[in-house]
Amino acid sequence: MPNIPLEIKNLEKQFGGVHALDRVSLKIMPGTISGIVGPNGSGKSTLINLLSGLLPFDGGRVLIGGRELNRIIPHKAPSYGITRTFQNIRLFEQLPVLDNILFALTDRGVFGALFEKHGASHLAQAEEVLKMVGLWEKRNELAINLSYGQRKLLEIGRVYAMKSEVFLFDEPFAGLFPAMVETVAEVFRTLKAQGKTIILVEHDMGLIRKLTDYVFVLDSGELLAEGKPNDVLSKKEVIEAYLGE
Amino acid sequence: MSYLLHLATFFGIYAILGVSLNLLIGYTGLVWIAHAATFAVGAYAGALFATKLALNFFLAMLLAMLVAGILGSLTGWIFSRLGGDYYMLASVSWNYIVVSVLINWESLTNGPLGISGIPKPSLGELSFAEPTKFFLLTLVLLGIVYAAARFITNSSFGRVIKAIREDEQAAKVFGYNTLMYKVAISGMGAAMAGIAGVLLASYIGFVDPSSFDVMESIFILAIVVVGGFANIRGSLVGALALVLLPELLRFAGFPAEIAAHVRLGLYGLALILFMLYRPQGIIGEYKF
Repeated sequence: MPNIPLEIKNLEKQFGGVHALDRVSLKIMPGTISGIVGPNGSGKSTLINLLSGLLPFDGGRVLIGGRELNRIIPHKAPSYGITRTFQNIRLFEQLPVLDNILFALTDRGVFGALFEKHGASHLAQAEEVLKMVGLWEKRNELAINLSYGQRKLLEIGRVYAMKSEVFLFDEPFAGLFPAMVETVAEVFRTLKAQGKTIILVEHDMGLIRKLTDYVFVLDSGELLAEGKPNDVLSKKEVIEAYLGE
Repeated sequence: MSYLLHLATFFGIYAILGVSLNLLIGYTGLVWIAHAATFAVGAYAGALFATKLALNFFLAMLLAMLVAGILGSLTGWIFSRLGGDYYMLASVSWNYIVVSVLINWESLTNGPLGISGIPKPSLGELSFAEPTKFFLLTLVLLGIVYAAARFITNSSFGRVIKAIREDEQAAKVFGYNTLMYKVAISGMGAAMAGIAGVLLASYIGFVDPSSFDVMESIFILAIVVVGGFANIRGSLVGALALVLLPELLRFAGFPAEIAAHVRLGLYGLALILFMLYRPQGIIGEYKF
């Protein structure tokens, strides 16, 4: 099973003098599901944006698969094995559901893509993904016409199709019905069984306890605590900073 | 009959422009308001190759496509770094710059007087000077452009440019170098528009800068808006509507000097009405 270690060293990001992330260091164990929790504005989504290259870091390094990176260029993130979902769903709205998945499967190069039409193998992979997230029957619908939950599932299916090694999920369960939550949880279990590494940003502590192997707590851009979910989530400083339990 | 052939030839030339602009606006979301400038580059390049170097029409056309394509890729590379509205504004400026260069670089372009004596196409003994043959040549070139556009849009490349139109940042994180895609489609669209330019230059036998101002770019934009975004056939429908239907004004009894203004007014009205009530155009597949 492929196992790519991911380590973040002293990662730093400021927005106009405000530290969104202040020298945060994390070591993500390969093949695990790591939860990132913290109150709003604690830096969780910033961390995901830095790791996927959507924002440049102001300081620090990311070590992935033996490579040390001082910056991540967005379109090169998949070549490091990183893929992500977005907190606010970002599909290709006026493309059919099937095309949203095929997009993740076909050639990345300009010339390769120009002389490529999706083939039977692409369709078979897309069918597998769409059946897994329960959207195969909707394959010819435009993404914009799906319900909120279906759109969320499509976005999760799209990153699953990437066959990456490290998956960054930014609040994938938000606003989902229980049946859909179970579908996404099943995707997580499948990925974990394949040895993939998952970083999950989530506010639902029940899901964090149920799904994750390890948890990092961020507060005001700093790492407040880390450890096994039940241990970390019962710490007094974590409860005070965030949980209000 | 010759009047109808004239209109049909113009339809062919503007359909090529509509198809090529649709690749940029309808498929990639690049609101390029300088297609008349690209058209001009093709027309002038073709005219110069044919008159100064005495090259055959078809060789001049290939070279003009190359010039337009390279310049299109270059402007695509520079302007695509600008976001949405800024890209559009930069393109309008580019149209003014190109026209200004055509007016002021007199040693090459003959300035406002333009270039005359551009020969009609020929291939060995076969001449396309006769209107029917010129129209058939235009139709064949339109067919080639149409097929090329279908090939591009039906490929994986076509899916990627549509994804860029929808959400470029999201497309990037899936491993696509979106800038290179925008450069490539800008070059391909410009090369196609270059064909239209060479056809116009050879058909009229004359080019001058006044034919390629921003109003001409708006006219080509109107073809795409009316016909439909992200649908190649839509550009044919748009060209048919906007090239042929205004000719009805000739029979509506307007004096010639008023008819031209009414025609412009109709184009503007068509743009407003379509944006309000049918934003995807007649048979478009994308709504802005």
